[in-house]
Amino acid sequence: MPGLIGKKIGMTRIFDDEGVQIPVTIIEAGPCAVVQVKSEESEGYSAIQLGFGAQKAKRASKAEVGHAAKAGLEAAPRLMREFAPDNGEEYEVGQQLTVEVFEAGDRVKVTGRSKGRGFQGVVKRHGFKGRPASHGHSMSRTPGSMGPGTDPSRVIKGKKLPGRMGGTRTTIRNLQVVRVDGERNLIFVKGGVPGARNGYVLISK
Amino acid sequence: MSDVIKEIEKEQLRKDELPEFAPGDTIKVLYLVREGTKERIQVFEGVCIARKHGGVDETFTVRKISSGIGVERIFPLNAPTVSGVEVIRRGRVRRAKLYYLRGRRGKAARIPEKRTAR
Repeated sequence: MPGLIGKKIGMTRIFDDEGVQIPVTIIEAGPCAVVQVKSEESEGYSAIQLGFGAQKAKRASKAEVGHAAKAGLEAAPRLMREFAPDNGEEYEVGQQLTVEVFEAGDRVKVTGRSKGRGFQGVVKRHGFKGRPASHGHSMSRTPGSMGPGTDPSRVIKGKKLPGRMGGTRTTIRNLQVVRVDGERNLIFVKGGVPGARNGYVLISK
Repeated sequence: MSDVIKEIEKEQLRKDELPEFAPGDTIKVLYLVREGTKERIQVFEGVCIARKHGGVDETFTVRKISSGIGVERIFPLNAPTVSGVEVIRRGRVRRAKLYYLRGRRGKAARIPEKRTAR
């Protein structure tokens, strides 16, 4: 099953037939053109390269325009990403994939770049508990002990400390597709999806 | 808000018009309850004490006194399970949220009827 490249539109709620409210993220996905089909013989691995959106001709490099032209596209896609479906060879260069590759009820993975949160402490960044609010403590959100003392006399690598949070590639798995709108190229996914509005996301099964 | 979301939210709004009602009104809410495979309509009658949010997210709170205990229910205005609303009495109130009723019972919790111009 292939994936799609999309743009996060935002969140809202919809009612199902039983009147239950479902929180959904709306993603404008596709149509994505298959720009290149990679195979074991030529590239050493099997994948399809999909393109999404269109770049202005003056902004796209000649290499990008030429690569897109091979797939019969007029403009270079804004974003190109590879997907590795099991049946990669069945796709043809130039073929358009739309939201119809998914259907309501499917379980999908959504990958995006999470919102950058800047320099954060350990409570927000790693879920540390901080100190108790009462029972004689002064309020504190410090990381506490750095580890054992004299014996290693160093801090172990990978110790969770304050630092830059967010802005990383994040994948949420097992999200349910609630609705697919082929006319407007929209996918409704139950729950939240990484990234800010208008951010690019990859959807795959 | 993006236009796409506005459009989708518009589609979610209820198609059948509910009667106009505001905080202070005594209303009867008819809502569908699914018990196994059977559907039936349950009635919740009380004073509307608040309407909140707007668009698809709009909800209203209904308060009644049931066997001496105050009961409040919040209904999503646009839920298909809310099959109807009947206005029983229009109340004259001076604020939009009648949370002060929670601290009152009996005579003190009365709301005068709204007088409409002849």
